Amino acid sequence: MTDASLTSQGGTAARGRSLSTLALQRLKRNRAAVASLIGLALIAIFCFLGPFLSSHPNDRVYQSYVAVPPSLEPYPAAATLERTMQRALERARVDMGDFSASGTTFRVTLTSPRPIDPRVTRYIDRVDEFDDARVVETLEEGRRLVVEGTVQRQWFLMGTDMSGRDLMTRIMVGGRISLIVGLLATLVSLLIGVAWGAIAGYAGGRIDNVMMRFVDVLYSLPFVFFVILLVVYFGRNFVLIFVAIGAVEWLDMARIVRGQTLALKRREFVEAAQALGVGTGGILRRHIVPNLLGPVVVFMTLMVPKIILLESFLSFLGLGVQAPLTSWGVLISEGANNIQSAPYLIVFPSIFFVSTLFALNFIGDGLRDALDPRDR
Amino acid sequence: MGRPWKLSFISAIASFAMTGLAAAEVVYHRGNAGEPKTLDQHQTSIDVEKNVLKDLYEGLVAYNPKGEIIPGVAESWSIGGDGTVYTFKLRDAGKWSNGDPVKASDFVYSFRRIMNPATAAKYANLLYPIKNAEKVNKGELKPEELGVKAADDKTLVITLERPTPYFLELLQHQTGLPLHQASVEKFGKDFVKPGNLVSNGAYLLAENVPNDHIKLTKNPNYWNAKSVQIDTVFFYPTEDNAAAVRRFMAGELDTNYQFPIDQLPFLREKLGAQVRTPPYLALEYYAINVTKPPFNDPRVRKALSMAVDRDYLAEKVWGGAALPAYNIVPPGLNGYALADVDYKSLSQLDREDQAKALLKEAGYGPGGKPLKIEIRYNTNESHKKTATAVADMWKTVLGAEVTLLNTDVKTHYAHLQNRGDFDVARAGWVADYSDPQNFLFLGLSNNRVGNYSQYNSAAFDAAMAKSDVTIDPAERMKVLRTAEDTMMKDGPIIPLLNRASLHLVSNRVKGWVDNVQNDHRSQDLRIER
Amino acid sequence: MLGYTLRRLASAVPTLFIIVTVAFFLVRFAPGGPFDLEQPLAPQVLDNLRRTYNLDQPLHLQYLDYLAKLVRGDLGPSYTALDFTVGEMLRRGLPYSIALGASALTLALVLGVVAGVFAALRQNSTKDYAVMAVATVGVTVPNFVVGPVLQLVFGLMLGLLPLGGWGGGDLAHRVLPTIALALPQMAVIARLTRSSMIEALRADHIRTLRANGLPGRAIIAHALRGALLPVVSYLGPAAAALVTGSVVIEKIFAIPGVGSYFVEGALNRDYTLVMGTVVMLASFVVLFNLIVDLLYAALDPRVRYD
Repeated sequence: MTDASLTSQGGTAARGRSLSTLALQRLKRNRAAVASLIGLALIAIFCFLGPFLSSHPNDRVYQSYVAVPPSLEPYPAAATLERTMQRALERARVDMGDFSASGTTFRVTLTSPRPIDPRVTRYIDRVDEFDDARVVETLEEGRRLVVEGTVQRQWFLMGTDMSGRDLMTRIMVGGRISLIVGLLATLVSLLIGVAWGAIAGYAGGRIDNVMMRFVDVLYSLPFVFFVILLVVYFGRNFVLIFVAIGAVEWLDMARIVRGQTLALKRREFVEAAQALGVGTGGILRRHIVPNLLGPVVVFMTLMVPKIILLESFLSFLGLGVQAPLTSWGVLISEGANNIQSAPYLIVFPSIFFVSTLFALNFIGDGLRDALDPRDR
Repeated sequence: MGRPWKLSFISAIASFAMTGLAAAEVVYHRGNAGEPKTLDQHQTSIDVEKNVLKDLYEGLVAYNPKGEIIPGVAESWSIGGDGTVYTFKLRDAGKWSNGDPVKASDFVYSFRRIMNPATAAKYANLLYPIKNAEKVNKGELKPEELGVKAADDKTLVITLERPTPYFLELLQHQTGLPLHQASVEKFGKDFVKPGNLVSNGAYLLAENVPNDHIKLTKNPNYWNAKSVQIDTVFFYPTEDNAAAVRRFMAGELDTNYQFPIDQLPFLREKLGAQVRTPPYLALEYYAINVTKPPFNDPRVRKALSMAVDRDYLAEKVWGGAALPAYNIVPPGLNGYALADVDYKSLSQLDREDQAKALLKEAGYGPGGKPLKIEIRYNTNESHKKTATAVADMWKTVLGAEVTLLNTDVKTHYAHLQNRGDFDVARAGWVADYSDPQNFLFLGLSNNRVGNYSQYNSAAFDAAMAKSDVTIDPAERMKVLRTAEDTMMKDGPIIPLLNRASLHLVSNRVKGWVDNVQNDHRSQDLRIER
Repeated sequence: MLGYTLRRLASAVPTLFIIVTVAFFLVRFAPGGPFDLEQPLAPQVLDNLRRTYNLDQPLHLQYLDYLAKLVRGDLGPSYTALDFTVGEMLRRGLPYSIALGASALTLALVLGVVAGVFAALRQNSTKDYAVMAVATVGVTVPNFVVGPVLQLVFGLMLGLLPLGGWGGGDLAHRVLPTIALALPQMAVIARLTRSSMIEALRADHIRTLRANGLPGRAIIAHALRGALLPVVSYLGPAAAALVTGSVVIEKIFAIPGVGSYFVEGALNRDYTLVMGTVVMLASFVVLFNLIVDLLYAALDPRVRYD
């Protein structure tokens, strides 16, 4: 039988529960979907809890470590220490004598033709590599100082960005925004798009024409201005991101759903339901929408990446996330600018982005199969 | 090489361009960073237009490769009437590309056209020092009353409102390039199209395909044509400068203007001396809203300025493509001694200590009222990185609460020019002519549009007014210097950086000289393949 | 069907009118104008400019003026590209965009449908997963990443293809931008085709055909007809977007199409250029969506308009 719901007229409440439990059971049997769900959950945990565990705040600028490549070894590398010290002392306008570093401590001799102000240690503390610099010996009436301190070790497993911030932490906080925006905005677009398309397609005639011309109008309006006006008249507001994205992204969905509905409404089971006197709302809910699931689910999973990337364009116009906060879309577009000089800046955010979307695809396929009215 | 397409590409272009010329034709592929909005020298406003226009036309005076004023169409000139009357002697050999002689009346026509309100020229005000120019541009006088006269075919007399020591600098600007009267009158707005355009410079316009290329070919009638080495110039609007870098590396471009600053260390490593980053007359600054507490307190403004580590900005954020700036006037202007900025000689740590003390004195920061600052900037990778770094400095040094706000460039400047509310806003200025006045006028209280800080100082205004009537160049520079001293003491803006002009110049290209004017004519270059 | 087509064409006029009207005012309410430059112009100069371009008139008069000119096919002068009218700019750029968009569309459609059918026939096999994985990457990796990667690999490293420029439209110059433009569309089409093909193959009438021993090829062709419906729905607006150019691809590969005018015009507040792009896009959208609706009826006899 093509349409199982025909056989379950009547007890809607019981049917609703059994339908969802049935779907859940089927979803559980789909291994790819279950693995994807777990993967997605892990990514979400990484993004939402990660920043609390990370040793780097997402907006902390490490002036010494601008655009350093990813490394399992801690920074600073031993070979660079002497040069770093030299540069720090240049700024303090004293000369460097002996320098030695072992493990996490260093010892350096400073010389100058004039007595050296002991506050000079602040220049050493100031660079990210060194800390706790203190004068341990004063020689030649202060023209020669021996300073000791610790070498600060930092891990940047995914490197740092062009401003010297830890990329991994930024991927985490960026993921929060992108996951929320990607999923919620998709949901909003989905609801509007499916409702609009199904109604237009099912009603047909003049109503269909008016509703779909409205879609054409929105599709043709200059989006950039819409966003700029939102920013100018409503200021910065997280909700506006959903408004801006929701306003455009449901249009394609509505067109696809309407196309399917046009074909579905002539099918036998719909005509049978009409003959039985089921109302328009009931037919839409019970017969049209469940049979639209295939293309809708596929299209939804395609919409998520579009929306996440669209968010970075909104940031460009001043809507969306503002620096120093970030999102995956922003990270990826920043990475694309440096694709030759610092490829890791695009590789790492892309890995998270692509894995998330893979997971969503499998979940989507699983959901579609689980909810398919023909297969039960 | 293994690049058959490239050979065929180049040969296709070459054979296309060759109209009976010898095989040794020299073609120059020039990445020009953007699409010229116009090839009408009276509508022009940006540097990518200048690059094309100065290849097409020659003004009374020009820049040599080093950026020094040299004779152009005028072979000599004299200045009389206490610096208000310029008499130019035009070259006898000067010709238009169609063979007509270049006459003094061409310049008269050209200057009248730019001042005519109907032309609506964007940079007309640059030439307001010419007698009656402003009144003509306002429509109060007829264009014929402009102080530009042709004494005879080869003698041009320009009378000024008042002595303007930088007048020759103004004349070298692309707005000072002459027009061929007959063709402009014949074709109207279409005189700029290939086939219609008649030029008097080293090149003539062969093709103009918007967003694709502009092709120039050598002008055989140019008086100095024998010293022009490059036969054909292709200008490409390489707006995506990261992609342009790749095209340059693949040999598709001989030079390219602009590249992503982020990539500078990478490019230096890969391309070595082919990367050129000379400083030019460009100031990157933050305007502070002096009308709004706490920023109306000069101590707060000074503290903010002192807390900015400009060396870090220049070296790390701008990758060395900028120099630290402490003054509103950039270095490199002849005869001008920069104003002293007292904290410039201090180390950054001392500056920060003093900044904290100043802020405390004003009652803000840790222990006082919280200091909240919003930095507005127009969307751009470099501006974002600068704002991120400055916010970090104000946060760690002054304990300020800093937020960032970016908008697209039009919204940004419309907000500032309409006196919208802001705390600190990013702005930049690139000189139109090499004179301190072209930077200092940003602080004039009657500068409605450019004085974003709404700085209003009677002392500053008075010094600027005095400089306008001071004839002796050395004395005038001193007066301007006192104006800058006043402004720097009040600190309505935070100078951050003097930007470098960014060029990629292939080793094949000879004769390219870095200059602060960022002026490079194709006719001064050679290409060795 | 003819009646329906005529009615739809008639409804295009009010649709375009509404689009033009809303867009006109939308554009004007954004802050900043075409002559508010980074280096501000002198007030006197600004006055001259506004007068020359009629911007000193009340807004409703400007609107009526624009409508009157539009009816005559005059899109007005560009405020930024001063040497050209908007009509000239679009006429000049559109052929490049259409040429590129059409080849990308063809490539995406052919490869996308083939890949989708291929995967659907082998549902849940390794081959299916492989094809869909490639498609997912295609959708996920944005074109501002694909473009530079293609340039680096085929241009700089292998030296096989030029990195940019139109080069008179020869094949070598078109390969990379076409691929970059087609890739995401191809992936979408492949996924949509696969999913609806799977459903179509399960439908009763196909099962009946199969039971009756119809050869496989004929069954696929039969199922595909119905399965293409969502693809066609998607293609209407997608095709309109493709032939009006892509700002990202045109910038990266230095192609003189019209795609860049959408964003550039907006960011420069070039009012007339923006309106020109709106009129152009709207015309394509209306046209392509009409074609799509007619295709529905051709593909699926159950679809009827009455």
